[in-house]
Amino acid sequence: MYKKRFDGRKFDEMRPMEAKVGVVKRADGSAMFRIGKTIAIAAVYGPRELHPKFLQNPEEGVLRCNYNMMAFSGSGERIKPGPSRRSKEISHITEKALLPVLNLKEFPGTVIDVFIELIQTDAGTRCAGITAAAMALADAGFIMKDLVSAISIGIIDNQIVIDVDKEEEDYEDGMCDMPMAFMPKAGEVTLLQCDGFTNKEQLKKALEMGKEACRKIYEIQKTALKNKYKVEE
Amino acid sequence: MGILAKERDIVVPGEILATGMDFLPAGGAYRDKEDIIASQVGMIQIDNRLVRVVPLSGRYASKRGDTIIGKVTDITFSGWIIDIGCAKDAMLGLKDATSEFIERGADLTQYFNIGDIIVAKIFNVTRVKSADLTTKGPGLMKLTRGRLIDIQSTKVPRVIGKQGSMIMMIKDMTNTRITVGQNGKVHILAQDPEMELIAVEVIKMIEANAHKHGLTEIVKKFLDDKLKGKNISIDKTKAIVLEKKPILKNGEENV
Amino acid sequence: MSLIKNHIIGLVNAGKREDGRGYLEYRKPIKIEYGISAKSAEGSARVCIGDTEVIAGIKMEIGTPYPDTPDQGSLQANVELLPLSSPEFESGPPSIESIELSRSVVDRGIRESRAVDLKKLCIKEGEKSWIILIDVYSVNDNGNLSDAIGLVALAALKDAKFPKYDKKTDKIDFKEHTEQVKLKKIPIPITVFKIGSKYLIDPTINEEKASDSRLMITTTEDGEICAMQKGGNSQLSVEDVEKMVEIAIEKGKELRKLL
Repeated sequence: MYKKRFDGRKFDEMRPMEAKVGVVKRADGSAMFRIGKTIAIAAVYGPRELHPKFLQNPEEGVLRCNYNMMAFSGSGERIKPGPSRRSKEISHITEKALLPVLNLKEFPGTVIDVFIELIQTDAGTRCAGITAAAMALADAGFIMKDLVSAISIGIIDNQIVIDVDKEEEDYEDGMCDMPMAFMPKAGEVTLLQCDGFTNKEQLKKALEMGKEACRKIYEIQKTALKNKYKVEE
Repeated sequence: MGILAKERDIVVPGEILATGMDFLPAGGAYRDKEDIIASQVGMIQIDNRLVRVVPLSGRYASKRGDTIIGKVTDITFSGWIIDIGCAKDAMLGLKDATSEFIERGADLTQYFNIGDIIVAKIFNVTRVKSADLTTKGPGLMKLTRGRLIDIQSTKVPRVIGKQGSMIMMIKDMTNTRITVGQNGKVHILAQDPEMELIAVEVIKMIEANAHKHGLTEIVKKFLDDKLKGKNISIDKTKAIVLEKKPILKNGEENV
Repeated sequence: MSLIKNHIIGLVNAGKREDGRGYLEYRKPIKIEYGISAKSAEGSARVCIGDTEVIAGIKMEIGTPYPDTPDQGSLQANVELLPLSSPEFESGPPSIESIELSRSVVDRGIRESRAVDLKKLCIKEGEKSWIILIDVYSVNDNGNLSDAIGLVALAALKDAKFPKYDKKTDKIDFKEHTEQVKLKKIPIPITVFKIGSKYLIDPTINEEKASDSRLMITTTEDGEICAMQKGGNSQLSVEDVEKMVEIAIEKGKELRKLL
């Protein structure tokens, strides 16, 4: 039985979080998001002309996300630079997680580039990347009907835990890893993956807990976006 | 029921601004059942029943009638491709570039070459949001001297001020010629490099503080401090002698 | 000539720079932060010069020494100009600019100065030695990436510790660290730009574009030169080179104090 978490957190307790927008001055929008020791930065460029032309969609803009772990950001050996199968898939699901809040009809024939870089990792990297990217898009002034907040849920020995860290991810008897992203206002799901065993009841409970966690992340995203324009009294 | 956000509050997407049917969403906000929700990072403006979010960032979106400053990036059979810092490149056609007749096969670089910076006006925005430009008209031309800086296009109205009051003050106090493109490109022509630096600094300062109240006063004080002890010549005739070509007149007030 | 280049040259000839600095003045403050990826990397750092920001991290591996230097380990560098850091950088294989920076600033600058004693990296002659891998990334390009990259690579090295190596199992335990990597020398690369007839350092993006020739010079605390790389499309006179070297030595002292 998993009775007590390795780092002493409560089962529904997230690690300390920190967020900041405007961290990459050259970009149209940018943000940093840290959860525990996982640190992601995201920068948005665009909408801009998409070349070559055959990639263009005359109906709407194209969202192109690029997730990357810096060579030194893994827990073991150096990660070889360049896209891997893993990073390509994460880039793809990141696009799908963000698309529901955007309205790209306004920008036919263009591309919106979102670059996500992980500086340091302790699990939950795709969720941290999505959370940072959503802030960067908002910072870039896009019309978005909601933000997107993401969290990783784990099921260890039938116990649901929020915000899995590396130690839990490597749990010897195996665990079920379930990253999810929500539109916090609407409470709707934009990313859901599952790697491991669970059942209907557990999933329902996990989704409820995930939604609750994402509301807390949203508050942090909100404060970070507002702080950029804070007027010192 | 009622309004939840205050005038001039900074809001973010997903935030509920008002509930109930007494209020209506305008730009940057939408209705979802009972709620009016922000769809953009920006500042709240409440106008009777209308709740609007005024954006503070974002790329320039081309608008008919805007005067902009752009860069020639390519030359085609039919004219010039211009980068105006918006999502799509703009187009300057042969017949809109000059009142001269341009012969078929003529060397187009004698008019505008790649890398040239031009002041132009948007006379049409196409269905795919690409702007058609003209350089025929007073003040529309190629820029050959002076400083070019970038600011966020959402901050342009603050740099210009009400009826051009802000930009007039900067021009007068620093004795410079300034053209503000609606796309956030600003051209500054100064006699004295020191005055140019002050003008750049003050424009950047307005950009950074655009969401603040009482901006004119802040700017006035900033300029007073900067110019203290500096001897600025307010000899306007000298400034005009310096010009070889007519410089954009009132183009900057074109909203 | 383009409007911007023309204007920059005009300003420089009138004794000014576009942001009001002196020719040989860095943007302030220059910030160095250590351990920015302490959980993951064996050493890491961030350097900000004005709005320009770069980060670097160190990883270590065990490898076989090169046949011609059986008693030495090795040091390898990789610089990536991330498309995240500038609208002008593109995704894809490393650009020639990033390869030039890896080789000139980090590879040659740090290796040739013998900043790290490669013999100390040898575990068993001819069989096993440490390989130090330095990865540098641009986060925001607002001009003068090269000086920032040189500084951050050194800062990350200074921050680095060897992970625990078990000779019996031939495995590295990345969770535990032993001793600090020792730096014998602090080689500082400074790029001096020539604009018109003037020399200047720490250029803005516009100044970088307006300059036709530049020289990157790496010097050590003894005032020795350990690496150079001439860049730009125009030539330099011998006198130019001499003056630029003097500037690099002086400015090198200034930056070395910050580490």
